[in-house]
Amino acid sequence: MSLLRRLSAGVAPALVVLAAIAVVALVMMVTGFDPVAAARAAVRGAVGSEFALFSATLKRTTPLLMLGLAVAVAFRAGVLNIGADGQFLAGAAAACAFGLAVGDAVGRSVLLGALAVGILAGALWAGVAAWLKRRFNVMEVVSTLLLNFVALNLVGFLVRGPLQEPTGAYPASATLLSAARLPLLLDGQRLHVGFVFSVGLAIAAWWFFRSTAAGFQIRVTGASRTVAASAGRLDVDGVQMWSLVASGAIAGLAGACEVTGVTYALYEGLSPGYGYTAIATALLGGLNPLGIIMSAALFGALGAGADAMQRDAGVPAEFATVVTALVVLGVLAVPGVMKNWARITGRGEQ
Amino acid sequence: MPTAVLDGFLEATVRSATPLAFAALGELVAERSGVMNIGLEGAIAAGALAAFLGAQIAGPEIGFVAGGVAGALVAAVFAFFVLALRSQQIIVGAAVSMLGIGLSASIHRAMVSAGASTAQVQTLASLPVPGLSTLPVVGDALFAQPISTYLLYFLFPLTGWVLYHTVFGVALRATGERPLAVVAAGHSAAKIQLAALIFGGVLAGLGGATLVVAQTGTFSDGMSAGRGFIAIAIVALGRWTPRGVVVGVLVFGAVSALQFLAQAMAWNVPYTLVLASPYVLTLAAMAIFRGSRTAPAALGQPLDGGL
Repeated sequence: MSLLRRLSAGVAPALVVLAAIAVVALVMMVTGFDPVAAARAAVRGAVGSEFALFSATLKRTTPLLMLGLAVAVAFRAGVLNIGADGQFLAGAAAACAFGLAVGDAVGRSVLLGALAVGILAGALWAGVAAWLKRRFNVMEVVSTLLLNFVALNLVGFLVRGPLQEPTGAYPASATLLSAARLPLLLDGQRLHVGFVFSVGLAIAAWWFFRSTAAGFQIRVTGASRTVAASAGRLDVDGVQMWSLVASGAIAGLAGACEVTGVTYALYEGLSPGYGYTAIATALLGGLNPLGIIMSAALFGALGAGADAMQRDAGVPAEFATVVTALVVLGVLAVPGVMKNWARITGRGEQ
Repeated sequence: MPTAVLDGFLEATVRSATPLAFAALGELVAERSGVMNIGLEGAIAAGALAAFLGAQIAGPEIGFVAGGVAGALVAAVFAFFVLALRSQQIIVGAAVSMLGIGLSASIHRAMVSAGASTAQVQTLASLPVPGLSTLPVVGDALFAQPISTYLLYFLFPLTGWVLYHTVFGVALRATGERPLAVVAAGHSAAKIQLAALIFGGVLAGLGGATLVVAQTGTFSDGMSAGRGFIAIAIVALGRWTPRGVVVGVLVFGAVSALQFLAQAMAWNVPYTLVLASPYVLTLAAMAIFRGSRTAPAALGQPLDGGL
């Protein structure tokens, strides 16, 4: 790919984001808010200081990057995993339960165990949907959606029952001991090592799709099941099933990192709709792991900026949800942003 | 079990079921035409806000109608992307959900901060049906309801009749199975899907409106509370038929009313596990029922270029 084409590949998504922000600024004006004050507060809150950058924006980027990758792995295979939220919660719940059960009996190993258990739980949660699809042909869209609600209610049960904090006053788990916590990256900042994991994972995923046979099989299956099955003699159902499981594993890791790196405890509101923002993140990044690093940082900044906007300029943070929605619609409406994942956008297979 | 508790439980079941029934009936029609609209959640949120605003200006009846109009507008956005741009349905649906939720919450906050919104609006009066409302046990729950609930009693059989006994209904169901055959028979698959989607949007909007003008009398952020997604579960649990959807609506309604029952009877049950049960039941039902009782064959598939 020439440098010019590489540059232009980044321009279209950037224009979509700018257009979405412009539309929302217009809505702000109509509804009586000052978009300039809002923008100023948002920029300050997202990148205006070291604290804003590391403890707000990049801290938020971490789960979005992992969940964006999770969604992308499934989408690339032509599987619509809209249950990243549920897999995230499953990973978080399992990691937290493990961390609390083991305590500091085994030193730092508890952290590794918690992360591993989180990955496993996310994979199993998506695995239920993958198995239902393979064995009973249940649409993954419906099953992953339903499993979100099951996960949410199970977390509700855990934090009011077996995992509830000792005083029994709040619907939250006890706090993880320091042995089970991810180390912080910088003194005085909330950014944790999970951020490094997420970037590393993105680079690994980029290499996986580009240079491995399995990555190629996923891409071909997503591009056309028919071609993959006939020309490549691929077991396309199997490829799609394992892609969904892998997607869940990554989402589970995201949940485990959130609970061991940010909240140190489990509660029901752990994911403020990350699963949906993750779909936007994956699409804006063109389902390309390196692109998703950029889009995750953008949505991380958007979330951090929205909080600051509400706090400092009195403009509702919900406008950020509108921006996210418009970005997705913009990506769908502008053909240049999509390219190699025609099937997901509904333009392929014809 | 004391009668008052049973009455309360049945009343709570119908109250939880009403908005779900509107949304699920609308989603049923959309899915039978081959389109899965997970943007319903946004239509419900928009319907609730429009009903709240309409009721402030012109009373709860107008508010109820405004909810339906807002739902139709949200569904029109969905239909534009799915039918005109042929974008992937599920992704458009996720975006439209966020759009409806985000916009209605933002607009509501704007009105509150401008002091242009009252906290409470008048709700639709309860209209007891003479005779029926004095029936034992079910009388109050089913026949001492606002007009919006009675509307459902007509809409379900009417929708069933249209789907199974009219040319349009046959064409709509055929579009969900084999759109090419419908086009060969001289219909426009895209127009049929558009009609189904707008109908679904109106009903989702009315479902959101009932939350405001038939129940709480107020609007709060996030009041759609996942009902659009629950509607999709209900349609699957109901095996894509109007009768099945009635059962599904009552199952989900009764489970959320169990909260009332558990509190009234001081049962010590892990309530959240009960709440999870209808979703597990739906997954099991999808796995068990096969063959002719499954989803429409072309559900979720984009129409081909020429249709």
